[in-house]
Amino acid sequence: MLGYRRTYRGSLFASFIQPALFLTAIGIGLGGYVNRGSGVDGVPYHVFLAPGLLAGGAMQAAAFESTFPILASIRWIKSYLAMLASPIGVHDIVTGQLAWFALRITMVATIFVTITTLLGASHVPGILVAIPAVVLMGMAFAAPIAAFSATRVNVEGFNALFRFVINPLFLFSGAFFPVSQLPALLQPVAFATPIYHGVELSRGIALGTMTLAGAVPHVLVLLAYVVGGTAACLVTFRRRLVT
Amino acid sequence: MLRYHARPMAQVADDPSAPLIHARGLTKRFGSFTAVDAIDFDVARGEAFGFLGPNGAGKTSTMRMIGCVSPRTGGELRVLGMDPDTRGPAIRARIGVVPQEDWLDQEMTARDNLVIYGRYFDLPWGEARRRAADLLEFVQLTDRADSKVEPLSGGMKRRLSVARSLINEPSLMLLDEPTTGLDPQARHLVWDRLYRLKQRGTTLVLTTHYMDEAEQLCDRLVVMDKAKIVAEGSPRDLIARHSSREVVELRFPTEVADTLDGRLDGILDGITERIERLPDRVLVYADDGEAASAAVHAGGLQPESVLVRRSTLEDVFLRLTGRSLIE
Ligand SMILES: Nc1ncnc2c1ncn2[C@@H]1O[C@H](COP(=O)(O)OP(=O)(O)OP(=O)(O)O)[C@@H](O)[C@H]1O
Ligand SMILES: [Mg+2]
Repeated sequence: MLGYRRTYRGSLFASFIQPALFLTAIGIGLGGYVNRGSGVDGVPYHVFLAPGLLAGGAMQAAAFESTFPILASIRWIKSYLAMLASPIGVHDIVTGQLAWFALRITMVATIFVTITTLLGASHVPGILVAIPAVVLMGMAFAAPIAAFSATRVNVEGFNALFRFVINPLFLFSGAFFPVSQLPALLQPVAFATPIYHGVELSRGIALGTMTLAGAVPHVLVLLAYVVGGTAACLVTFRRRLVT
Repeated sequence: MLRYHARPMAQVADDPSAPLIHARGLTKRFGSFTAVDAIDFDVARGEAFGFLGPNGAGKTSTMRMIGCVSPRTGGELRVLGMDPDTRGPAIRARIGVVPQEDWLDQEMTARDNLVIYGRYFDLPWGEARRRAADLLEFVQLTDRADSKVEPLSGGMKRRLSVARSLINEPSLMLLDEPTTGLDPQARHLVWDRLYRLKQRGTTLVLTTHYMDEAEQLCDRLVVMDKAKIVAEGSPRDLIARHSSREVVELRFPTEVADTLDGRLDGILDGITERIERLPDRVLVYADDGEAASAAVHAGGLQPESVLVRRSTLEDVFLRLTGRSLIE
């Protein structure tokens, strides 16, 4: 429906450069020390880290896309209002927006995978199969966050979201080290987040250790986030745009 | 047998005598605040219909309900024979909207704004491009077609908004303050284009603060004030009904102005229909303005300035509400 979306070249660049830098600095630099032991569960650290960063990067891209541009469309660009004056309705806007998120996350993930493969930190085809998994996880973030964004009048809430939710999740939900290393109290918190399930799927698929039966619960949790987030979007977008 | 009596919606809409817009008791509330209070009006096919009123009168709220982007709180509303609550997308497919604030995408070119908007109406790309080129020509923006919107002047943006609203070849256009903020030349260009559309049979509904705009463009109008319709008719009707043919504007030095009470009424008895005291001047409503002005001088009063002019909708508004239209 939405034949056109503005491209954010700057953010695209940032969204894969940052994880790539992480991978180089931490994976290969710090990994040198970790690997003097036996890596993580017998896997070299940079190979362990790459699918985790893939999920983390997808989460960050999802969170970015579903915050600032949404508020901008509502408050500054008024593009939604222009659409609503045409036969397009709120559900079309939400659908188009979600499709756009999926496309963006796919782009970011693909670029990231290309880099890690070139760096020798991941291997095709396994890592390619991980892409749809992290896109699903990205949507599990983007849909509820977009619903939240449609209730905002300024960017303050977004800064808090990144500082207190997205960044801690990036660091502590399995991307850099297994969740089993977390204090016992925090482990259930990690299990409830989409990033944990995204990392498990991404890493399991990339390293070839994931079974179908093992994947299903993760996929179901992520789907639940997507469905709930989409329903919330329909409510908050309508409340905001139709007065 | 029953089906002979049932008339499908589309036929109601296409019946040339049926009103294009029909509103009864139309009401819009925001929380406990009533922005539009049970108004009644009909707009006929091919007509140019105006909503005239001061800030906050409820003009935009009414337009948004007609445009099916704001659900009504109460009353009855039919647009093109259909109910906006249930047929919103079908109605919106056939109307063109020029909003009070422009919704143009500032970072796209003028042409892309039109083409992309055409895509929202499911026009094929080729058709959208063809129409965009024609419409840019129509609003005299062909030479700026590939310029971004942002640097365009206010008048050009307004024309572009008009062009964009025409991309779906609407049978009904909703124009919310189409010329507010434009210089006289830009206003005349917009008026001319709207006049051409009207001649082609497009129904125009517009809101304005300007009585000259209403007099230029509208066959019929309603005056809104504080969420209600306070008068309805053609501009000429309204003036005939609520004002005199001419108005004399008198300005007096302040010392004199304070002593005028009663004196003017005595002098002008039988010549004027009504006298209105404003802070800075006195308005004398009379069918013969020259005679009224002569009588003032003959009565020994020495105004600083005298202006005899024809009555306008501004006078109608003042009469009906006791306030100026533009504060
Ligand atoms: N979304 C909204 N929420 C709350 N109040 C609103 C909303 N939209 C309009 N109003 C209020 O309704 C009243 C009528 O507003 P409206 O925009 O319809 O007036 P208007 O006649 O178009 O005025 P103007 O000439 O300034 O454009 C105003 O008091 C306005 O504050
Ligand atoms: Mg308005």
